[in-house]
Amino acid sequence: MKVKVLFFAGLREALGTGSEALALPADISTAGALRDLLAARGEAWSALASTKNVRVAVNQQMVGFDAPVKAGDEVAFFPPVTGG
Amino acid sequence: MSVSVQEADFDAGAEIAALAAGRDDVGAVASFVGLVRSDKQVEKVGAGGTAAVQAMTLEHYPGMTEKALEAIVAEARGRWELQGVRVIHRVGRLVPGDRSVFVAVASAHRGEAFAACEFIMDYLKTRAPFWKKEETPDGGRWVGARESDDHAAGRWQTEKE
Repeated sequence: MKVKVLFFAGLREALGTGSEALALPADISTAGALRDLLAARGEAWSALASTKNVRVAVNQQMVGFDAPVKAGDEVAFFPPVTGG
Repeated sequence: MSVSVQEADFDAGAEIAALAAGRDDVGAVASFVGLVRSDKQVEKVGAGGTAAVQAMTLEHYPGMTEKALEAIVAEARGRWELQGVRVIHRVGRLVPGDRSVFVAVASAHRGEAFAACEFIMDYLKTRAPFWKKEETPDGGRWVGARESDDHAAGRWQTEKE
C-alpha cells in the first residue's frame, strides 16, 4: 500500500515535482518520519528538513509532525501559507 | 454556498446584498475586500527584494482549500450568532489593483459582524492553503509568511479560549 505525497508552492518548485506515490516503509508511522525519509534523499530534498519553513497536512487537514500516517493517506508538505 | 475558490473576479456589492436578501432579521453586514498591491517591500520578510510587484500568482491546494475555509466559517459560526457568511478567494494570476479575497458576515448587530469578519480573515491568513508568488522586474519570488499574521490569529485563542 502506498501514500500519496503532495508538494506545493516553493517546495514543489525546489523539488521539481508536485506529487508522488510512495510505498510506505513499515517503520514510517508519522508525518515527521515521512518528512525525514524524504529529506534524507539529499540535495533539494533536504529543504524538507526545515521545521520553520515546512508545514504538513494529512488527508487535507493541517496537523503536527507527530500526526500518524498510514497506507492510503494523502500527505502534503508545503511552506507556511500566505493567502489573503 | 458560503465558500468559493475561483479565478473569476467577484462583485462585492452583489455579494453583500445577497446576504440580506429576502430577510428582515439582518441588522449588520461587515465585509472585507483584499486587493493586490504593487509594492510589498515594507513588509517583505526574508526575500531581500525591493522591486515593485508586477503581478502575482496564487496557488492553492484544491480540495483542502475549500475544507479549510469551511472549517474556519464553521468555527466563526460557533463563536458568534451569524445569519450569513460569504468567503471568496481568487486563485491564478492577479495584477495590482485586482481584488483577491472577500469576506462578508451578516448578523443581527454590528459587534458580531465586525468580530467574525476579522476572525475569518485572520484564520484564513494562517490556516487556508494558499501561496502567493510575486512577479517583479528581478524575477519571481514566493511571499514569505509574516509573524504578524500568526499574532493576529493567535489573539482569538487568548481572547476566546
